[in-house]
Amino acid sequence: MIKKLTSAVAVAAGIGLIGIGVAQADEIVFGVPGAHTGDLASYGLPTINAAKLVADKYNAKGGVLGRMIKVVPQDDQCKPELAVNAAMKLVSEEATVAMGHICSGATKAALPVYGDSKIVVMSPSATNPPLTTSGDYPNFFRTIARDDAQGQLAASFTIEKLGAKKIAVIHDKGDYGKGFAEFAKAAVDGSGAATSVLFEGVTPGAVDYSAVVQKVKHSGADAVIFGGYHPEASKIVMAMRKKNLKIPFVSDDGVKDPTFIKVAGVFAEGVFATGPQDSSGNPLYAVALAEHKKAFNAEPGAFFFNAYSAALALMNAIEKAGSTDYDKIVKALKTEYVETPVGKIKFDSIGDAEGVGFDVYMVANGVFVQAE
Amino acid sequence: MEYFLELFLGGLTRGSIYALIALGYTMVYGIIKLINFAHGEIYMIGAFTALIISGVLAQFGLPGWSILLMTLPIAVIYSSAYGFTIEKIAYRPLRGAPRLSPLISAIGMSIFLQNYVLLAQTADFLPFPALLPELAFMEGFSGIMNSSELFIVLTAAAVMAGLTAYIKYTRMGKAMRATSQNQRMAMLVGVNVDNVISMTFVIGSALAAVGGVLIASHVGQINFYIGFIAGIKAFTAAVLGGIGSVPGAMLGGLVLGWTESFATGYVSSDYEDVFAFALLVLILIFRPSGILGKEEGHKV
Amino acid sequence: MQDLKKSLLTAAWFMFLTFPIMVIRVNTVEDTIEWRWHNLALVGISAFILSYVWRYFMVRRERGGGKPQTDAAPPTPAWVSIVIEDKRILYPLLAAFTGFVASFPFLFSMYQTNIMISAMVFVMLGLGLNIVVGLAGLLDLGFVAFYAVGAYSYALLNEHFGLGFWVVLPLSAILGTFVGVLLGFPVLRLRGDYLAIVTLGFGEIIRLVLENWGAFTHGPSGIANIPRPGFLWIEFGLKDGITFMYYVMIALVLFTILVVTRLKYSRIGRAWLALREDEIACQAMGIDKTKTKLMAFALGATWASMAGVVFAAKTSFVNPASFTFMESAIILSIVVLGGMGSTLGVICGAMILILLPEHLRAFAEYRMIIFGATMVLFMVFRPQGLIRDRRRKHTLKKPDDTPVSGDAGKVVDAHG
Repeated sequence: MIKKLTSAVAVAAGIGLIGIGVAQADEIVFGVPGAHTGDLASYGLPTINAAKLVADKYNAKGGVLGRMIKVVPQDDQCKPELAVNAAMKLVSEEATVAMGHICSGATKAALPVYGDSKIVVMSPSATNPPLTTSGDYPNFFRTIARDDAQGQLAASFTIEKLGAKKIAVIHDKGDYGKGFAEFAKAAVDGSGAATSVLFEGVTPGAVDYSAVVQKVKHSGADAVIFGGYHPEASKIVMAMRKKNLKIPFVSDDGVKDPTFIKVAGVFAEGVFATGPQDSSGNPLYAVALAEHKKAFNAEPGAFFFNAYSAALALMNAIEKAGSTDYDKIVKALKTEYVETPVGKIKFDSIGDAEGVGFDVYMVANGVFVQAE
Repeated sequence: MEYFLELFLGGLTRGSIYALIALGYTMVYGIIKLINFAHGEIYMIGAFTALIISGVLAQFGLPGWSILLMTLPIAVIYSSAYGFTIEKIAYRPLRGAPRLSPLISAIGMSIFLQNYVLLAQTADFLPFPALLPELAFMEGFSGIMNSSELFIVLTAAAVMAGLTAYIKYTRMGKAMRATSQNQRMAMLVGVNVDNVISMTFVIGSALAAVGGVLIASHVGQINFYIGFIAGIKAFTAAVLGGIGSVPGAMLGGLVLGWTESFATGYVSSDYEDVFAFALLVLILIFRPSGILGKEEGHKV
Repeated sequence: MQDLKKSLLTAAWFMFLTFPIMVIRVNTVEDTIEWRWHNLALVGISAFILSYVWRYFMVRRERGGGKPQTDAAPPTPAWVSIVIEDKRILYPLLAAFTGFVASFPFLFSMYQTNIMISAMVFVMLGLGLNIVVGLAGLLDLGFVAFYAVGAYSYALLNEHFGLGFWVVLPLSAILGTFVGVLLGFPVLRLRGDYLAIVTLGFGEIIRLVLENWGAFTHGPSGIANIPRPGFLWIEFGLKDGITFMYYVMIALVLFTILVVTRLKYSRIGRAWLALREDEIACQAMGIDKTKTKLMAFALGATWASMAGVVFAAKTSFVNPASFTFMESAIILSIVVLGGMGSTLGVICGAMILILLPEHLRAFAEYRMIIFGATMVLFMVFRPQGLIRDRRRKHTLKKPDDTPVSGDAGKVVDAHG
């Protein structure tokens, strides 16, 4: 038996080793690292779909610079150590560019590895501000808003437009949600017009959130700002509405996702969320949506449009640069505008998307529409 | 006072769910001394089966009540079938193996089942239809408790009463008690231990499926990973109450639910799990076999 | 014929079992249903074939497992004992292996070297947990707590005081020992699975504190830019840094093996084994239970903490996501899968469990399902683990026919 198992392991190892040598010179290796298994897989898998769709589109037209795009997903489960492994694997497969990682922590761990090998990385979902603002990662770009920008916007909207005086700030304890919530809280307390009456983290995946909802009710808040993703947001909103707590609920880009409306149903009505400007009215948004439905026979998941945009931006940059040279790609990303589902964008000097304004959306009749 | 009542009822709902899942852990543990880590996955599979079946039934335009009445038994049957099969494949061949081997097998099985559902279905959260009916007379209390919460608490209570009666009065129940006391002796007096163990898995899985359908319908969404956290919490509840003891699992579930609810309400939800685990440590330090567990004598 | 019937039944059963999840996919949003009948056929056929394979191996297992009931012949595969016992084969093999290990970073890519470092970190963790679980028999499901202590101690000491790898490594070992005693103390009275859940609780508490105590630990966003170890005053680039870390890890693993082996055969090691076999009998023999248990906890924690420092340096980033229950489960699996108590087994276990998912990357989304299945199959077909613990035996020499003179019953020290 032991012999059999060892040989099985050896075979598996052999396959792994063979896998390294397959990158051909006439291919553009498009790495897609992120969480593809584990509890955060639902945020990582949609990016693979996006990458495949964009790659297919380019390949059907003869590729980029006459070279075919090959999508290479690498799983990191949002764990920093696996992210480093995934990055090194992509480096050894001579990836040209990479779209990922999904979580900010994993991204931070992996970026030095790409940096050392001069590979451009663009994340559809890593929102932690220091990724761009620290200046440590010149090879990093992203198609999603930073936590601080969004937190600020959510806070000022809640205070000025909704006229809230006492605001409860809740988050999901994750690096994305807590970051957003901390910036929102700071903005609320700094505004002078309102105060934050509650700042709490909920445990993601807990069976229900009724205790937290009761606490919000008890705190006398007249609005809730939530930092986190849609599964927790829909659970909280549903619990709030079922408990007759009808105060406004303002959240972030992780919630501005069609799945949120599907899951929360009628309870989603009137929920506010910040997100990139006028995306659903964008023609490319409809195109991406239609392509996804056609190819996978399902609604796209979280960060799909950010990922689709990132893939378009990267391929466009390679095309415009006319080469796969690192410096040229970076230059193209920073100078050439590209039409994407999240808007017409280019990237600023630190790597954040420019030309994507941010707006507050509201759920009305089952869709996100721009809030007044 | 109203705030206290709200938190109390919230904790009661949560605790009832924990208790339903904890029963599966505690029954299996009582009989074969195995922490069945794949039990949380059974709960998840129960919820998923219910989602699929109710989706198919909804196509025929049946009313909500009849969908629930058909979906729940099917989910229970499938979960039981999974529990039965898992025992056959991953645990039965390991009887008589070193004590930790089945535990590792269980962890492997848990990873396998999660990824099986992930691959065969989807990684996304799926909206789960509200199968539990809204009761008109609960409208007035909706601020503190709504109908689905009431359903959860009542079902949990009914299921537990039923289980207690089953274990106490039926032939199989007697056989279970005998097996958990002494497997070899039970065999000698003519108990088919293999059947008893299979039955334990079947019943435990059925209860998990009931819990899965109720909670999924209450919170309105599921994905392939929901079993993991629920499983860990239910396991904690089972140990808290005294693992191997059926009333202990119920009590443990409720105590855990209340601890979390009050910790969130009066301290901070940041540390709700810390409170839950700290309570567990404290109770076990003073009562090393859990609240209702029996302190067993140990032979040399 | 009987087999065919059984296999057909199995196939039918699995087709029934997987029917809703494999065949139907409901889109609850648009109320459309996708029927994937081809999956049903697939399940049926593969269940049919696999049931034959399963039965074949089961029969083999029964035959292999039934035979060696005497304790004199442990069921170690023959070729292993031949290799270990025959020095003519063992030494050249060892030499070749040493050469291979030493030249590894130059033979393979940076990625391969890096995952080898990962595997060696888990060898250290496995050997540490082996003291607690394998030798002393205390089931610890929260071992990752000590790993986190080490990783965060390096990250924080480096951030605030600029302390380097070589300074923090011994400091963290001391800290780990301290935390091990601290957490070990309240759980001394607990037995078996109660101990397991309490340690699981401790593991979760430490992770939650790291997550929530933002002012101290930077919360979920973690600590970045942790430096890799340098050598004296030399700082390395990424590739050389990885290569250097590889050798550092080799040295640390060798050191760990040395210490653990010495401990195992020492007085305290024998006390652990006694504790594992029977607590009450062990006490009756005059062994101080409290001290023995605490020693096991503390020493296990020491190694976990040191592994944590290496982890932080290797990844250059720490956040609480790396210290979940799943990590504890993996470390425990390494120990059990490798063979409880056996040093060589733990090393093999770590290599398999850490390198397998990495080498399965080619299978992309299927890698974790294969990983889970492997764990189950391994346990079913080799429940005692890969390599059975070989304890040093002291046997009394059989008296010969010749009248026994003074030195009757000479103790022979037989390794294994």
